[in-house]
Amino acid sequence: MMFAAAMAGVLAAMALTLVRGLLGPTVFDRVLALNTFGTVTVLAIAVLGFLMGRPQFLDIALLYALINFVGTIAILKYLQYGDLGASGREADTGEADISGSGG
Amino acid sequence: MITVTNLALLAFMAITAWAIARTRNLFVATMLAGIYSLLTATVFVLLDAVDVAFTEAAVGAGITTVLFLGALLLTDRQAKPHKNRLGHRLGTYGSMLLVALLGAALVYTTLDPLMPHFGDPGAPAQGRLAPEFLADSVRQVGREKPTATHIPNVVTTTLASYRGFDTLGEVVVIFTAGVGVLMLLGGGAVRRRPGPRKGKETTGGESTSGESKSGGAGA
Repeated sequence: MMFAAAMAGVLAAMALTLVRGLLGPTVFDRVLALNTFGTVTVLAIAVLGFLMGRPQFLDIALLYALINFVGTIAILKYLQYGDLGASGREADTGEADISGSGG
Repeated sequence: MITVTNLALLAFMAITAWAIARTRNLFVATMLAGIYSLLTATVFVLLDAVDVAFTEAAVGAGITTVLFLGALLLTDRQAKPHKNRLGHRLGTYGSMLLVALLGAALVYTTLDPLMPHFGDPGAPAQGRLAPEFLADSVRQVGREKPTATHIPNVVTTTLASYRGFDTLGEVVVIFTAGVGVLMLLGGGAVRRRPGPRKGKETTGGESTSGESKSGGAGA
């Protein structure tokens, strides 16, 4: 019964996040909605494991949390730099020059 | 509760799919596609297909979002408005009708009394193949055969031995796809190689060119 109540709460959170993702006026509302939806999915899988009597699903939920990270980083890089391959710093050409003069 | 969860997730999926189809902003569509993929993964977990769910989350929500963003960098964030209104509307309703028919056919398949139900223990696959594999797999590829690799686990023998041809087919498909992508993208890369060689001759010494090459790889 407790897990059913938890599942109902997770579903309500999913619905609210989905509404924000659908309506969200700014881009960052939608990015946050996607990231939050990933977190809520992790919670949903964890609760589902207990609801179905298979708590081993908890490990999978942890792996989901790791994957969720990658997409958000890529989206934020796209928004910040307009380039998925950007390192976030100035290109370190000085170091290459030093090695060239040494050889 | 499982049924309620199933229905709620399917309703969320339908709403998200409708929104993806409606929006003209491609960035929004990418975000919503990620949400759709996460919903699909949860439904797969509900259907006890955890490995499929994990693949869906990794590929659908993780990699595909990144690939879509890469495509958005090359194009525009906003889809162009349609020029031919009537043709566009005809295509929309035509494809909606096609999808509805296909979905109705799939639902009808599950209702057909001749087909086994989901998780039915009396299904033909459970009746004959599963006991045979359980009884014979260890003898056929497992421990008792001295020349074979020693696989005491039934699941491993099934995946590694009986499904070996299946895996071979998958490898062939992936290899073909990779060759196709290389032919599409990499044709010009080989011809561009002689370009830097001219530069190397003008700069001179072998050691400096090696240094610059390593520096380029590092950057």
